Amino acid sequence: MVLDETWIPQIVDMRSASLAAASPNAGDTAWVLLCAALVLLMTPGLALFYGGMVRSKSVLNMMMMSFIGMGTVSVSWILWGYSETFGPDLGDGLLGDPFTHFGLHGVMRAVYGPVGKGIPAPAFVAFQVVFAIIAVALVSGAIADRAKFATWTGFTVLWATLVYFPAAHWVFALSGYAARAGGWIVNDLHVVDFAGGTVIEINAGAAGLALALVLGKRVGFGKEPMRPHNLTLVMIGAGLLWFGWFGFNAGSALSAGTLAAGVWINTLAAGAAGMLGWLAVERTRDGRLTSLGAVSGLVAGLVAITPSCSVLSPVGSVLLAAVAGAVCAWAVGLKHRFGFDDSLDVVGVHLVGGLIGTLGIGLLATPGGPAGATGPTGLFYGGGLDQLGRQALGAGAVLIFSFVMTYAIGLALQKTVGFRVTEDDERAGIDQIEHAETGYDLGHLFSSGRTNPTHHGRLTDREGAGL
Amino acid sequence: MRLVTAIIKPFKLEDVKEALESYGITGITLSEATGFGRQRGHSEVYRGAEYKVDFVPKLRLEVVVEDQDADGVVDVIVKSAQTGRIGDGKVWTTAVDDMVRVRTGERGASAL
Repeated sequence: MVLDETWIPQIVDMRSASLAAASPNAGDTAWVLLCAALVLLMTPGLALFYGGMVRSKSVLNMMMMSFIGMGTVSVSWILWGYSETFGPDLGDGLLGDPFTHFGLHGVMRAVYGPVGKGIPAPAFVAFQVVFAIIAVALVSGAIADRAKFATWTGFTVLWATLVYFPAAHWVFALSGYAARAGGWIVNDLHVVDFAGGTVIEINAGAAGLALALVLGKRVGFGKEPMRPHNLTLVMIGAGLLWFGWFGFNAGSALSAGTLAAGVWINTLAAGAAGMLGWLAVERTRDGRLTSLGAVSGLVAGLVAITPSCSVLSPVGSVLLAAVAGAVCAWAVGLKHRFGFDDSLDVVGVHLVGGLIGTLGIGLLATPGGPAGATGPTGLFYGGGLDQLGRQALGAGAVLIFSFVMTYAIGLALQKTVGFRVTEDDERAGIDQIEHAETGYDLGHLFSSGRTNPTHHGRLTDREGAGL
Repeated sequence: MRLVTAIIKPFKLEDVKEALESYGITGITLSEATGFGRQRGHSEVYRGAEYKVDFVPKLRLEVVVEDQDADGVVDVIVKSAQTGRIGDGKVWTTAVDDMVRVRTGERGASAL
């Protein structure tokens, strides 16, 4: 039995001092719930995008590194993550109280948002958890083919708890929305980060760099061919990412209306122009227009528009994304120059693209954007350097915090339980070693062997390694 | 008996197979092969990084024939596999001591 919405009495959660609206708006609620599902689909999309880019002997591990986050981060979020991110601020905008809403206590019947445009608090909880999931999944691309899966699983919980949830509090916890006082970057520094250029993209990029340095290069990096084993998976994944990104950006309006629609258009513009920007570089430099380049540029453009989609004009979005596509096409080569194995270019695409988008707000923000006059005005529109400075501070704070914390977490795990598989195991293939599975069963020889359907014991190391 | 082994361009397979059937050959064994001769591979580029692939995909065709048929079979393969361009492949023969048909246990030429 579904109760009529208007019949539900207003629930105001006094502990979080929420400024709850009288009742949720049906259209806004539907939009946010739908967008949450769209953004959840981005993680399997990322799994395909990343999975196709590794060698065939690592495809399952790469996809599982994304999928496991849907398990670990969701549970962490329900237990303490939501409260740590959006619970009452513990002081100075640094962290929410992880205990106030532990287990989503006191949240399920609350309503957030302005009167008449409110959404049920659980819709907000749902929309925010899928961001946390994909942020963790993004990091995995930096350490493809070589991480112990159990350690990675533990890392996803530690990283979400110690890095993502605090950073999301700084950037996403708007004072007066879910709690009276929120995070310092959005409320005190007044940084514009509409959908997570700092807390998702820069954060994941800096974390990826830290882990790539902790784990070291793959065996044979720079000498042996490590080309993508299945670009068709990569392209399907990119398509799902773009689809989900409309939920990511337009859903961040937390309402269905002019703001969401304008953001949707800027998200279209950015994917399109990012693809063209990257391809232009490839055509000039390599003489070919590659499919991997097209989808990489697409993602780079979307990364850049993530923080900025609310305050740029459509033309500004095209410009920003084209620059992001072109610059990222160049930036992915940095790992070879500096000799770090950021395997799938989390730094080159997400850190660099995130910086371009976050700083680009300081240049290109205009009242002509979807947010209208409520947003800042950038340098190119006569707004001076003020906003650019704020954006740089916010971006730098998240970057440094993420890099230092992730490096420390990674090193601690490496020194205690071990983070990296052995060289022999890496050669044999991490799917076989860590998961006892094979991604593809192609050819006569591969289907040979014997089966023991009644074997229920744990695989010994020797059986797992197949050595 | 002699084993005739041919490395050919994959798209010439049907021509070679039909020519061998016309000649009276009753069976061949095929496998995918990769290698290089005078013809070299190609380059690919992924996110600006170049990958040189020196090996070219070919087919390896094997057929065992009686001694007196070996030269004729080699000629048939060469003629049907030839395009005149680089990378047409190679054909060679080697002596075969014995052969057994697994189903019946027949030995020697009668197993062909």
